[in-house]
Amino acid sequence: MSESIEKTQASAPGEGETERRLNMIEAINDALSIMLDRDPDVIVMGEDVGYFGGVFRCTAGLQEKFGKTRVFDTPISECGIIGVAVGMGAYGLRPVPEIQFADYIYPGLDQLISEAARLRYRSAAEFIAPMTVRSPFGGGIFGGQTHSQSPESLFTHVSGLKTVIPSTPYDAKGLLIAAIEDNDPVIFFEPKRIYNGPFDGFYDRPVQPWKKHPQSLVPEGYYRIPLGQARIVREGEAMTVLSYGTMCHVAEGVCREKGVDAEIIDLRTLVPLDIETIEASVKKTGRCMIVHEATRTSGFGAELSALVQERCFYHLEAPIERVTGFDTPYPHSLEWAYFPGPIRIGEAIDKLLQD
Amino acid sequence: MADRPQGHNKPKLSLHVPEPKFRPGDTVDFSDIGVTEPGEQPRPDEACAAQDTAPLCHDLIRVLGDDDEAHGPWDPKLDPETLRTMLGHFALTRAFDERMFRGQRQGKTSFYMKCTGEEATSVAAAMALASDDMVFPSYRQQGVLIARGYPIIEMINQIYSNKADKLKGRQLPIMYSSREKSFFSISGNLATQTPQAVGWAMASAIKGDSRIAATWVGEGSTAEGDFHSACTFATVYNAPVILNVINNQWAISSFSGFAGAERTTFAARALGYGLAGLRVDGNDPLAVFAAERWAANRARSNAGPTLIEHFTYRAEGHSTSDDPSGYRSAQEREEWPLGDPIMRLKKHLIALGEWDEERQEALDADCMDRVKKATKEAEKNGILGHGLHHPFRTMFEDVYEDLPWHLKEQAEQAIHERKTKFPEGLPEA
Ligand SMILES: Cc1ncc(C[n+]2csc(CCOP(=O)(O)OP(=O)(O)O)c2C)c(N)n1
Repeated sequence: MSESIEKTQASAPGEGETERRLNMIEAINDALSIMLDRDPDVIVMGEDVGYFGGVFRCTAGLQEKFGKTRVFDTPISECGIIGVAVGMGAYGLRPVPEIQFADYIYPGLDQLISEAARLRYRSAAEFIAPMTVRSPFGGGIFGGQTHSQSPESLFTHVSGLKTVIPSTPYDAKGLLIAAIEDNDPVIFFEPKRIYNGPFDGFYDRPVQPWKKHPQSLVPEGYYRIPLGQARIVREGEAMTVLSYGTMCHVAEGVCREKGVDAEIIDLRTLVPLDIETIEASVKKTGRCMIVHEATRTSGFGAELSALVQERCFYHLEAPIERVTGFDTPYPHSLEWAYFPGPIRIGEAIDKLLQD
Repeated sequence: MADRPQGHNKPKLSLHVPEPKFRPGDTVDFSDIGVTEPGEQPRPDEACAAQDTAPLCHDLIRVLGDDDEAHGPWDPKLDPETLRTMLGHFALTRAFDERMFRGQRQGKTSFYMKCTGEEATSVAAAMALASDDMVFPSYRQQGVLIARGYPIIEMINQIYSNKADKLKGRQLPIMYSSREKSFFSISGNLATQTPQAVGWAMASAIKGDSRIAATWVGEGSTAEGDFHSACTFATVYNAPVILNVINNQWAISSFSGFAGAERTTFAARALGYGLAGLRVDGNDPLAVFAAERWAANRARSNAGPTLIEHFTYRAEGHSTSDDPSGYRSAQEREEWPLGDPIMRLKKHLIALGEWDEERQEALDADCMDRVKKATKEAEKNGILGHGLHHPFRTMFEDVYEDLPWHLKEQAEQAIHERKTKFPEGLPEA
């Protein structure tokens, strides 16, 4: 298991608090349970989330604990799920709809983009849609092209939405609590590659090792990680690595193997973005590599690259490097070739560190 | 295109593309419309099983007859005072539409949509609901706001996008919102409000509230997936909701056949979902009121959701951007067999001995005067494009609850551009 995960917690648990070893699924379940318990307006719904507890088990046991009107199954209708969540939000509830896979969010896109995202604006804040749409995203589990996509930049492009992507169980819990408490619609993408435990950064291994469900330490009880604060995974001087989700671990693994003294930043939230941390780090290191799994063209890396260029140009000692997935649909049998791995990341590091 | 293989003797298939019965210049004959006898339709118990409404999904519920009297079990037996109130809302809605339409032609705003001929489907329906039932309207339900007593000056401020517009000039004219009047913000994306209404109703049920939700959607828009999602969710969770389908025969230039009207009624859509369905003469204010009240009582007693098809006619163009003479016969409006809702209610009140032509004239004059005065008042706050709009920085407000850094920067940029453009000072705060 990656030691980096153990060290990544933003703050140590306070006095009297205990920690448990959880994987991301359990941490998410814990966050949902705490919020259902604390706030009677929180509603969890989605395909299979009720009785069965979700295909990834993120909502396991919640219906038993909180009853069928708080946690329930829905028809297979993403447009319906998000549409009714908008109405529930307007009523005053805080729905937490689950879209079973991010790949299936498209039928609900209009409700997200035209409705949820703009409701506050178009009604001059008379109505809001405080919902948190949870959805597992990304590849690495041999899910083929309909269970592997990373569509985050579709949402970061939409004004009015917030986009959150945790990379550790600790963060997943704290960020999900903050997202549910947030009064804006939040897209909460869960990197399913590391659902069952922190990925050890060995990018080209077959599926087996990560199935061992390793865990990391998560404090009991309520805590929140504010949206818009990046996490410095590891401090360093040689270069800045901007990343999120699974790719933080992959990039970290490569840097470790290559012995590069990189400063690795886990963005945690893409919108709102922690520009200060990014700017300070790039100005310090003078070099910047961006790593994400989503396709390259118009991916979030393009936005990051533009921002760094605008703000840190005179501090840059090499062109910004973008390491991304390819601009193809997600391949099934070749996913390890698609996934940004040690070669792609390693070569980018070499280029960045040339002279 | 591949040729049919040799020796192929199967019948040649052909595609059906719907075509309305009448085009510009055609003589109109509406005799095939099944206009039912008022009072003949049974009124099932409000808590009946959904399938018991099956006969009413193909029939047409009517109360007001050619004799201007109310007939049968659907007669809501409203007292004359309520009927006069309804007539007042009708008159105000029509006067408002007239004036705003002209305002658009005079360049005071960019766009307007009338609801002429369809007033009953909003006014009478709204009166059948409780004032705090949540409504999720489409864009032709100005009558709901008027029936709920929303100040027309606020509607005009919105239409002019002026500095008093409560929506800060962000929405297309007529896309109102009023939380105070339980009137949900209108979307320009068709049918999106339908699952939202269901979601609101589900939330109300989850919380053990007593308020129900109602939504309005055009018959053309029922083809959107959102509407079918709404029906599914409504039936699955027995949501306390009313789905009003306004079948006004036309979706811009496409007749109702393009939403499937050639094969079945819109009310009959209810049956496949297990919803109660009612098909109502949408130009009969008493029938609309009675059907809406029936559905409201049903929803309020947890007996289930209802889909109501209001069979009506869009007497005017789709919007100020539309010229219906290009696609439909001008005769249609005159020949529409179900008449005009305002005339029908007026004649009913007169038949009851509770109204007369003089009072009607006075009412119409008073409404015109009220709208005129409100228009003048609203114009003091500005009309579209004349500079009296909300301050520039408001453009960046309400995107999120708090202003994030990138929007702060962009707001500064916008203000900077303004200053560059108007170095001698800004024309507004
Ligand atoms: C999703 C979407 N598609 C298309 C349009 C363009 N549009 C605006 S109104 C309209 C016709 C709607 O007709 P109908 O639902 O019958 O309502 P009516 O105007 O007759 O009241 C169309 C196609 C839109 N606003 N939204």
